[in-house]
Amino acid sequence: MALLEVKNLGISFGGLRAVDEFDVTIEQGQLYGLIGPNGAGKTTIFNLLTGVYQPTEGKIILDGKDITGKRTIDINKAGVARTFQNIRLFKELTVLDNVKVGLHNGHPYSTLEGILRLPRYYKVEKEMDERAMELLKVFDLDKEADYLASNLPYGKQRKLEIARALATEPKLLLLDEPAAGMNPNETNELMDTIKFVQKEFGMTILLIEHDMKLVGGICEKLTVLNFGQVLAQGNTKEVLNNPEVITAYLGE
Amino acid sequence: MKKKMSKTTKNNFITYAMVIIAYVIVQALVLSGSLSSLMQGLLVPLCIYVILALSLNLTVGVLGELSLGHAGFMCIGAFTGAFFSKCTQGAMPDGLRFFLAIVLGAAVAAFFGILIGIPVLRLRGDYLAIVTLAFGEIIKNVMNVLFIGKDSAGFHFSLKDQMSLNLGTDGVVIIKGAQGISGTPKNSTFTIGVIMVLITLFVILNLMNSRTGRAVMAIRDNRIAAESVGISITKYKLLAFSVSASLAGIAGVLYAHNLATLTALPKNFGYNMSIMILVFVVLGGIGNMRGSIIAAVLLTLLPELLRGLNDYRMLIYAIVLIVMMLFNWSPKAQDWKARHSLKRMFGKKEQTAKEGN
Amino acid sequence: MSFLSYLINGISLGSVYAIIALGYSMVYGIAKMLNFAHGDVIMIGGFVVFTATSATGMNPLLAVLLSVVVCTVLGVVIEKVAYRPLRNASPLAVLITAIGVSYLLQNVALLMFGANPKSFTSVVKVPALNLVGGDLIISGETIVTIVSCLVIMAALSMFMKTKPGQAMLAVSEDKGAAQLMGVNVNATISLTFAIGSGLAAIAGVLLCSAYPSLTPYTGSMPGIKAFVAAVFGGIGSIPGALIGGLILGVIEILSKAYISSQLSDAIVFGVLIIVLLVKPTGILGKKISEKV
Repeated sequence: MALLEVKNLGISFGGLRAVDEFDVTIEQGQLYGLIGPNGAGKTTIFNLLTGVYQPTEGKIILDGKDITGKRTIDINKAGVARTFQNIRLFKELTVLDNVKVGLHNGHPYSTLEGILRLPRYYKVEKEMDERAMELLKVFDLDKEADYLASNLPYGKQRKLEIARALATEPKLLLLDEPAAGMNPNETNELMDTIKFVQKEFGMTILLIEHDMKLVGGICEKLTVLNFGQVLAQGNTKEVLNNPEVITAYLGE
Repeated sequence: MKKKMSKTTKNNFITYAMVIIAYVIVQALVLSGSLSSLMQGLLVPLCIYVILALSLNLTVGVLGELSLGHAGFMCIGAFTGAFFSKCTQGAMPDGLRFFLAIVLGAAVAAFFGILIGIPVLRLRGDYLAIVTLAFGEIIKNVMNVLFIGKDSAGFHFSLKDQMSLNLGTDGVVIIKGAQGISGTPKNSTFTIGVIMVLITLFVILNLMNSRTGRAVMAIRDNRIAAESVGISITKYKLLAFSVSASLAGIAGVLYAHNLATLTALPKNFGYNMSIMILVFVVLGGIGNMRGSIIAAVLLTLLPELLRGLNDYRMLIYAIVLIVMMLFNWSPKAQDWKARHSLKRMFGKKEQTAKEGN
Repeated sequence: MSFLSYLINGISLGSVYAIIALGYSMVYGIAKMLNFAHGDVIMIGGFVVFTATSATGMNPLLAVLLSVVVCTVLGVVIEKVAYRPLRNASPLAVLITAIGVSYLLQNVALLMFGANPKSFTSVVKVPALNLVGGDLIISGETIVTIVSCLVIMAALSMFMKTKPGQAMLAVSEDKGAAQLMGVNVNATISLTFAIGSGLAAIAGVLLCSAYPSLTPYTGSMPGIKAFVAAVFGGIGSIPGALIGGLILGVIEILSKAYISSQLSDAIVFGVLIIVLLVKPTGILGKKISEKV
């Protein structure tokens, strides 16, 4: 059974049809790409998948469970985590604490235990610190653990967002233009990291990207979106050679 | 890693130590008789202002929402505590009664914090500020027309006048509308005040450095991202808001037990009081607990110490608010700070976390 | 008959709220900030007229004109000195600064004029209207207030169709885009503060003529209530300010008359809370949502 099954998803803003009849099936462990020109509705789909917007119609099935129309936090608890196109970190918190916020639901103790510093506070905090440092190491951020998130360079902020999303132990990771604003070196490094996350964590990843090199290099399957509708879908190679895709997106 | 833990702990330790040392010095001055009675009279109010500033800083600095109705929660705590003490005076030992009054005042203020927080925290920014202001004024206005009496048949309430309480012959009016409550035992002492300051600090600092505090600060920094990692916005906002309210309630109980007559005037529980507390928080640094303590003490003592300055007290507050904001935020001031910062000159990076100091 | 006279009083008070609310609403629409000091500009307007007429014996109408000029300048200066440097700062910082400015105006007035209420001589020379054989008396102040409010609303609606008015709309929609289209954003924001503060001066005179006691705190409560009116009607909307102001004025006077004079403020604020919970955008407001 597929991990994510989206059927006939659609949403309108006023009279504007932002996404129409969107279907996608993503298998467990797959690295899936969502591409398309600006304004094609890619981020809107992420917002629909994570409950920021409520779909006008359609169904979203995650791991056999219907998560259509659920609240953002419940969708996260069900196993969907994401990053944002315009980076959204907790700027006044340290790098470490950003990840620990991601660990929040997986490592509980009560507020009272926290205030009174009961034994469970120390035990769980220690677990959280260890787990957070492990994650930071994956993204080569462990040396900056004590920095304020806002003091990180741009590329590392993007990585921290991924680490924070992974901390919620998702089944599906949504990456919204992870390479935006990175130089070629950083992009290459990021590609390696994404592949590493896919293999090491067995993670299923859906990513939006503009950088064709990155998409072609790592995604197994692609969906091309244009004006809110699916233009082409399938294996990366075939899709990228599809003449319609070339006219709509690549060529001019 | 370990360095950071010890850094926060060290910072907190300095804050606690500062309070305790100040207490010891003041006590020594009192015992040696070198403190004027005017200054002695200021000691309990000082503790009250410090608690208020700390608790408001929890809402403004940690939760990131501007509340202009903080004095309303103090008002609720004050009347709850005074009412309890009047009803139970003589029925139990003074110490126990005062302790219970504080607990009750905190609990009722927390309850109102939740009650008011549920609608208010759905709003944002300016709207939230104005609605908290509205609630603060409503609380003050209602306290001014509230009558509560007691007779053998139990408690009687009225929002009109003493007569409509319909008390029996053995009845006593406890809360007399605009005349408030009089004859509350004067239990508040400097020592109890300082203990309450320490408890407030303990609650806030530990909260900030826990899972809950991180969730609250995450919401402050980016609500949408916090939701995306599964943090319940409503739950943690309400939690922080009601803890802040309950601590203000404690300040209120101390306030009520430091006065012969407790009335809800614009001066003590109105919008002006809320603004004054906000001035303490802003001057001390939003989110900086130690700063709140220092600012509250300084701004309370300065006008008293420098004769003649008292007339200009509110003017100074106004200027503090404007200048602090311009200094912290205006692009020109930012440039100036960047050019004159020693740390930057030597190329050292600012790495410290803002939490927990 | 008494109900009718309460209603008319309510409309009169509501007209003053509406004029103040306009200032809030325009500034909020364009600068996205709650100008807390707006209410205190009203008070300054009142004091200018009071000083001019009582100290120099100036013609009342001339004094009103002077007051409008002073407040207009004051509004522009406040924006330039206190708010403009914070245009990209956090909303919290801007709001705190506005509260600071409000306090500053109050306390400067306090040091200059003292806390004792000044009795303000009404500048209105219109005779009262006797209706229904003397059962219903409408004072000259009431007539002037209601008429001024309607004239101001009409004039402002027409102004919004002119070039500077359109520039205001453009800036309130999107500052960056307006700038690219050649709109002078700073000048437009200054103009908005100027108009709002000039209107506040008129509101101050009308308020003091109807309730002739002037203190440094005169403006603060009406200011907050007018903000409630602006929110009620839908912030950013001119007809909204009128509707919100009128409804609020009527609610206040009626609750004073029939429920409790001490609780009337509480009732007005209660209305605000209910409005914000049921329809946070007000009666005629637009919905603003955050982009993700």
